[in-house]
Amino acid sequence: MTQTVSRPGAGAQKAPLPLDVEAIRADFPILSRTVRDGKRLVYLDSGATSQKPLSVLDAERDFYLTCNAAPHRGAHQLAEEATGRYEAARATIGAFIGAPAEEVVFTRNTTEAINLVAYALSNAATAKEPEFRRYAVGQGDEIVVTEMEHHANLVPWQQLCERTGATLRWLGLTDDGRLDLSDLGTVVNERTRLVAVTQQSNILGTINPLGDISARAREVGALLLVDGAQSVPHQPVDVTTLGADFLVFSGHKMLGPTGVGVLWGRYEVLDALPPFLTGGSMIEVVRMEGSTFMPPPQRFEAGVPMTAQVIGLAAAVEYLQQLGMERVQAHEEALTAYALEKLAEIPGVTVIGPPDTVARGGAVSFTVEGVHPHDVGQVLDDLGVEVRVGHHCAWPVVRRYGVPATTRATFYVHTGYDDIDALADAVREAQRFFGVAQGEVS
Amino acid sequence: MQLQSMYQEIILDHYRNPHGRGLREPFEAEVHHVNPTCGDEVTLRVHLDGDTLADISYEGMGCSISQASVSAMYDLVIGKPVPEALETGEHFMTLMQSKGDASVAEKLEDELEDAIAFAGVSKYPARIKCALMSWMALKDASARALAASTAVPTTHPTTPAGGDKA
Repeated sequence: MTQTVSRPGAGAQKAPLPLDVEAIRADFPILSRTVRDGKRLVYLDSGATSQKPLSVLDAERDFYLTCNAAPHRGAHQLAEEATGRYEAARATIGAFIGAPAEEVVFTRNTTEAINLVAYALSNAATAKEPEFRRYAVGQGDEIVVTEMEHHANLVPWQQLCERTGATLRWLGLTDDGRLDLSDLGTVVNERTRLVAVTQQSNILGTINPLGDISARAREVGALLLVDGAQSVPHQPVDVTTLGADFLVFSGHKMLGPTGVGVLWGRYEVLDALPPFLTGGSMIEVVRMEGSTFMPPPQRFEAGVPMTAQVIGLAAAVEYLQQLGMERVQAHEEALTAYALEKLAEIPGVTVIGPPDTVARGGAVSFTVEGVHPHDVGQVLDDLGVEVRVGHHCAWPVVRRYGVPATTRATFYVHTGYDDIDALADAVREAQRFFGVAQGEVS
Repeated sequence: MQLQSMYQEIILDHYRNPHGRGLREPFEAEVHHVNPTCGDEVTLRVHLDGDTLADISYEGMGCSISQASVSAMYDLVIGKPVPEALETGEHFMTLMQSKGDASVAEKLEDELEDAIAFAGVSKYPARIKCALMSWMALKDASARALAASTAVPTTHPTTPAGGDKA
């Protein structure tokens, strides 16, 4: 926890960046536009949604131009080609996380993937098929989350507990922005049916020690769901070593299109779950009296899927693979170290989250003494620096640290030191604007 | 810099030195409103004398726009009959929807006094909710206070509203 490279007075250190930022920026035409009266766009909000490289847009366009049809329906040539591309994309995306294609379910986004699991667990309680009742959740059972979760990995579990009479428990946080695992052994116990935890906090940047949590979940026979919305885009993630039963993530945060997310599940677990959404293409036989369902992943993909978006996401995955996820991670770590130093140099700025880059990703949240985050964000925006302000859909986290909201900068493959310099300059400008504004504003 | 168009000196004055801040007795209704996208909050109490707003008192936290707005609103509506205060609220809503059209602001100058300084906010869609939050709270609390004053007195008039109690 003491790997800070900061040397007082020496200024922030710029380690050589692993990625060629200029070359990468050329792949993202949006980054060459200007905002707010000709300012260079400094996009530091990839944690909310990432920008898309041309290859992703081209892949979607090519699908519509050449073989648009509904996959898994019809016997015509276009349908065959569309199905082929859709399933090839599934294999590409699965390989990216070390998973076979049949364990990859496409959803609208991370939120829907989590809801899919939560509803499957409550549907299991009333399933007429005995084989779907294995993971049923009910009274006396417990679901465990953490205080660090995005609302998407908290509210669906609260709702599951309300539907089923199960009890929600959670692991708390330490003052330095880490999970407090001191009571892991009691919070996760023989009544626990599922533990849901984020791999990387969207607000604190913390990367969680999944190994300890996974080991405890295994010990008590609980399922483990890992929210990878902020990790899969930014670091190598391999489900064969993750120790989880489910991994969920969104395409739009990893250079892919909006409208596509992924639920990965161990096949054995997926196969024992009843469906969430029902309808076309997930059925085996339909009679007026009742229906039977396809095996995974089709069981969980009712309706015509988001075919073009899935193909776009596969192109995003290929783009990231070309850069190399180890290098993406190292790139962001260098940027994070630099950003933490630059912000530490500004009096009145406090980082909410781990103060160094140990087990920490590129989401840097901070407060500016005397200036509300909305007002910070407004000044930053005026200078072309686009960050997120507010509670970042993690209200319990900001409440835990006693602040109403934070300003958050997040980094990605096109982020360079110039972006972070622009951020630091803009934060100083916000302080100047609100510090002396009374006499200067007309 | 375009910022000055939004952060008028008058707004920053209200933010730094809010008028009428603090929760006071007596009151007939209390509401709690939040801006769920960002966590701005206001707790607002209304005390009526007949149908006149004898006092509004409030506590809140949030950005300069949300906090200055409630202060400017306090100045505008104290001593006014509820219908007139709500009409002022409608004018403020019109101003917020004006997308920076100066002619709209010009027409409303007399009705809105200090609150006309918020005209610049209408150019920033993300901030309009911040400016409107206190006016929504006033509308809600006034309606509840009027209902309470015409109904049989209940044990405690406090009613949370407007979403998640932070």
